[in-house]
Amino acid sequence: MSPSVPLQEMIRAIRSARTQCEERGVIQRECAAIRAQFRQADNGGRSHNLAKLLYVHMLGYPAHFGQMECVRMIASPRYSEKRVGYLGAMMLLDEKQDASLLITNSIKNDLSHSNQYVQSLALCTLACMGSAEMCRDLAPEIDRLLRASNSYIKKKAALCAVHIVRKVHDLGELFAPAARSLLAEKNHGVLHGAVVLIIELCERNPETLERFRKTVPDLVQIMKGLVLSGYSPEHDVAGISDPFLQVRILRLLRILGHNNEGASDAMNDLLAQVATNTDSTKTVGNAVLYETVLTVLDIKSESGLRVLAVNILGRFLLNNDRNIRYIAMTSLQKIVGTDHNAVQRHRGTIVDCLKDQDASVKRRALELSLALVSASNIRSMMKELLLFLSSCPAELKAHSTSGIFNAAERYAPSQRWHIDTILHVLTTAGGDVRDETVPNLIQLITNASELHCYTVHKLYRALLTDISTQSLVQVACWCIGEYGDLLLRGECQETEPVQVTEDDVLDALETVLQSHMSSPATRGFALTATMKLSTRITENVDRIRSIVSIYGSCIDVELQQRAVEYNALFKKYDHMRAAVLERMPVIEKNSPGHTNGESMGDAIKDIQPAKMKQGEPLLALQPANQVCDLLDLLGGSEETLQPSPATGPAVPGLLINTASTAGGDLLDLLGGLEPALLAPAPTVPVYENEGVTLTLSCEKQSDTGLTVTLTASNSTDSDISSFTLQAAVPKSVQLHMKAPSGDSLPARGTAKVTQMVVLNNPNKVNLKMRVRISYSSQGSAFQDTVQIDSFPGLNAAGH
Amino acid sequence: MMRFLLLFSRQGKLRLQKWFTPMTEREKKKITRDMTTMVLSRQPRSCNFLHWKDLKIIYKRYASLYFCLAIDNQENELIALEVIQRYVELLDKYFGNVCELDIIFNFEKAYFILDEFLIGGEIQETSKQMVNRSIEASDMLQETMEEYMSKPAF
Repeated sequence: MSPSVPLQEMIRAIRSARTQCEERGVIQRECAAIRAQFRQADNGGRSHNLAKLLYVHMLGYPAHFGQMECVRMIASPRYSEKRVGYLGAMMLLDEKQDASLLITNSIKNDLSHSNQYVQSLALCTLACMGSAEMCRDLAPEIDRLLRASNSYIKKKAALCAVHIVRKVHDLGELFAPAARSLLAEKNHGVLHGAVVLIIELCERNPETLERFRKTVPDLVQIMKGLVLSGYSPEHDVAGISDPFLQVRILRLLRILGHNNEGASDAMNDLLAQVATNTDSTKTVGNAVLYETVLTVLDIKSESGLRVLAVNILGRFLLNNDRNIRYIAMTSLQKIVGTDHNAVQRHRGTIVDCLKDQDASVKRRALELSLALVSASNIRSMMKELLLFLSSCPAELKAHSTSGIFNAAERYAPSQRWHIDTILHVLTTAGGDVRDETVPNLIQLITNASELHCYTVHKLYRALLTDISTQSLVQVACWCIGEYGDLLLRGECQETEPVQVTEDDVLDALETVLQSHMSSPATRGFALTATMKLSTRITENVDRIRSIVSIYGSCIDVELQQRAVEYNALFKKYDHMRAAVLERMPVIEKNSPGHTNGESMGDAIKDIQPAKMKQGEPLLALQPANQVCDLLDLLGGSEETLQPSPATGPAVPGLLINTASTAGGDLLDLLGGLEPALLAPAPTVPVYENEGVTLTLSCEKQSDTGLTVTLTASNSTDSDISSFTLQAAVPKSVQLHMKAPSGDSLPARGTAKVTQMVVLNNPNKVNLKMRVRISYSSQGSAFQDTVQIDSFPGLNAAGH
Repeated sequence: MMRFLLLFSRQGKLRLQKWFTPMTEREKKKITRDMTTMVLSRQPRSCNFLHWKDLKIIYKRYASLYFCLAIDNQENELIALEVIQRYVELLDKYFGNVCELDIIFNFEKAYFILDEFLIGGEIQETSKQMVNRSIEASDMLQETMEEYMSKPAF
C-alpha cells in the first residue's frame, strides 16, 4: 500500500496521466489508500484524505464511501476537519442519502458553538442540503440566531431561514416577526438576507404579504439612502452603491406594490428617482435600471412613470451591448399586449435586431416583430420578415413560417399580395411549413378567381426551377391541373405569360411523377393533375392515356388505384369524363386548422342541446337539412371515381377522392356527416343533479310508436350503484321498458347506462313522461323525479 | 434563486460545481454535460444569456474558464452577471491574479470562498471586504489550530 500523498501531489499525479486509463489507475490506487486510511483510527491526515476524495469526486468518480467519513469529520473538535467535513457533506450528502440525517445532531451542536466560524459552517451546510426533517428540527435554533447574534451570523441565519421556508412552507409564520425586525439593521448583508426572507414569505402567503405592505415606507427610505448617498467604499460597484441590495429591494417593492394602489403610490417617487439618477454606462447601472423598469411595469404606476420605463427599454434597444438589447426585447415582449402603442414606436429598432448575428437576439426580435404586425404596417413588416426568413437559423424556421402565415392571414391587404407572400415563403422555406398550408393555399387560390391565370403562371415557373419542396410542388400540380388551359392560352394580364406547349406542361408533371424527391402524396397530386388536363388540352390526350395506364401497375397502392380508376374513366366512362373533371367550385372558407367536417359537426351539435320551446319546428328536420347541405357540397366537389368507404350506402353516386388533402378535408366532412346520418335523433339533457346526468333521445318508429332512449352518466368522483329508472306516462299511452344496459355508473363518466323505452300513443294524446331515478352512492340512497314534457323530434302535439 | 454554478475549462473539464437544489448524481452529470455542450458551442461575441428548460443560464468566459450560473426565470440576468464578476474578483483578491491552476490545486479554498459569498442560492454578503475578511479569519483559525496541533495543512 503506497503512502498517501498530500492533496496537491495527487492532483499533479492525476493531471500528468497521459491517458484516461492511466488516470483511472492513479485514482484507483489513491482511492484504495484513502479507504484504508478511513478505516484506521484517528490520524492527522484525515482532512486531506477527504479533500483528495472530494477532488476525485469532482472528476466524476464514485465517492460514496466517503459519506460516513464526512459524518465523523463534522463531529470532530478540530476546525480544519470540520471545515472539510462540512464541505464533503455539501458535496456528497444530499437529502436523499440516509447518512444526511446523522449530521443533524452535529449541526445542532455547532449552531450553538462559541466560535462564529463554526456556527457559520453549520448554517451554510443546513442552508445547502438541509432536508425537511432537519429543517423542522432546527428551525427554532435558526429563529433564535436571527434575533440574538452578531451580524455575521444573522445574515447567514436569514438565508438559512429562507431555505427552511422553501422546504417546509408552514414554518414561514415562525420567521415573520424576526424578519420584520431585521429591516432595521444597518449591516447590508443582514438587510439583504432580510429582504430575501421577506420576499420568500410574501410569495408563499398572501396574508403575510398584506402585513408586510406596511414596510414599504421603510424600504423606500433604505433605497433612497442607497441611491442618494455619496461614495461608500465598502459597497460601491462602478459608482452604484450596493447594486445587489438595490435590486433585491426593488424586487420586494414589486411584489408589495403589485395590484395595490396605496403601496404603488408610496413608491412612485422613489422609482422615478432611481430611473433618472442611475448611471447607465456600465452593466451594473443597467441591472438596477432593468429591475426598476420591471417593477414599474408590474405595479399600478402612474402613466408618466410607465412612459419613462418604456423609454428606458427603448434606450436599451439602442445599446451596443448585446445583452442589454436581448433583455430589452424580452421585457418589451411582456408588455406588447398592454402597452402596444408604446412598443410600436420602437418597431424600427426591433426589426433591425432581426439582422443581428446572435441567435438569441434573433429569436427575441422575431417574436416581438410578429407581435407588432398590424394592418397599417403589414407590407413593410412582411418585407422584413421575408428577408429574415431567407437567412434565418434552422431552429427558428418553423416558428417564422407559421408566424408569417398568421400575420398574412389576418392583415393581407389584397389577395394577390397574400398569394405572393405564401408562394414566397414556400419557395424559401417550404420544407418547414405546417401540413395544412397546402389546403389553405389551394382554398385561397380558388377564392381569387381573377388571379387564376397569374397564379398558375407563377407556380409553373416555380415548378420548372425546383421540385424538391413538397408543399410547393403539390400546390403547383394542383393549379396546373385545374387551370392548365389558362397556362396554355399564352396570355396573362398580371405577369409575363409563358409560351408553352402541351408537351412542356405534361413533361413538367411527368418529371414530378418520376422524381425520387417526390413524396407519395405529391405524386398523387401530379397524377390527378395529369388526368384533369385530359379535358383541358386538345392534342396530347393519348399521352395522358399512356401515362395513366403505366401507373396502373405502379407499386404504390394509392397511385395504382387512382391510375386504374382514371383508366376506367377513359374507357368505360368516357362520356362522363368531361363532367367529372370540370373546374372545381370555390371551396368554403373555414378558420385555419378546421376541416369542413368539424365545423359542420359543430353546427349539428349546436342544435341538439338547445332548449326546446313549444312550437319549434321539427328538430329532426334540421339535422336532415344540414345533411342535405353537406350532400350538395359533396355534389360539387372533387370529381374522380373512387367512392369513399365512409359514406358507403348513404351517399349514392358521389365520388370522393380520398388522398388529396383537399379531399381529405371532405373526408372529414364525411366523418362529420356520418354521426349525423347514423344518429339523426338529437339527445336532450332532461335531468342534472348531484353529478348525475340523464339525457333523452327519441326515434319515431311509426305513426304512433316512439322509442325513447335514456342515457345516464355520473360525473362525480365516486361510483354509483343500483341505478334504476322508472317511468310513468299518461293513461292512454302504452309503455314498455326494455332491460337497462346496467345498473352501475362508474365515477367520472367512464361508462354510461342506457335504457330503452318503447311508447305507443294510439290516441295521439299530448305525450308526457315522468321518470323516477334512484341510486345509491357512497352508502346512501338517492331518489329523484323529473317530468319530461317535450320530446325532441316530435312537434308540440307529441305526434 | 440561483440553481447551480459550474466552472469548466474550454475542454469541458469540470473545475467547480455548486448545486443549490438537491439532485441525484445522474441528474448532476447530465446537466453538467448539457451545460458544457451548450456553452462551449456558443459563438465568441454572442449574448451571455441562454434559455434552458425553465431556467435562465448566464455564462461568462474568464481566460480559460467558463462560469455558468443558472437562475430562476424571474431573476434579473444582468445582476447575475455581476454575481459572477464579484466571485471572480473575490478569487482574484484571495489568490492574487487567479488563474485556472489556482482553482484546480486549491479547489477546496474556492469552495470556501464561494460559501462566504453565496448561501442557499442567494447572496449573503454584498461587501467584498467583508467576505475577504471572513475568509482570512477562517484561514487563521485553521492555521492556528494546525500549528497548535503541529500537523501540516493540506
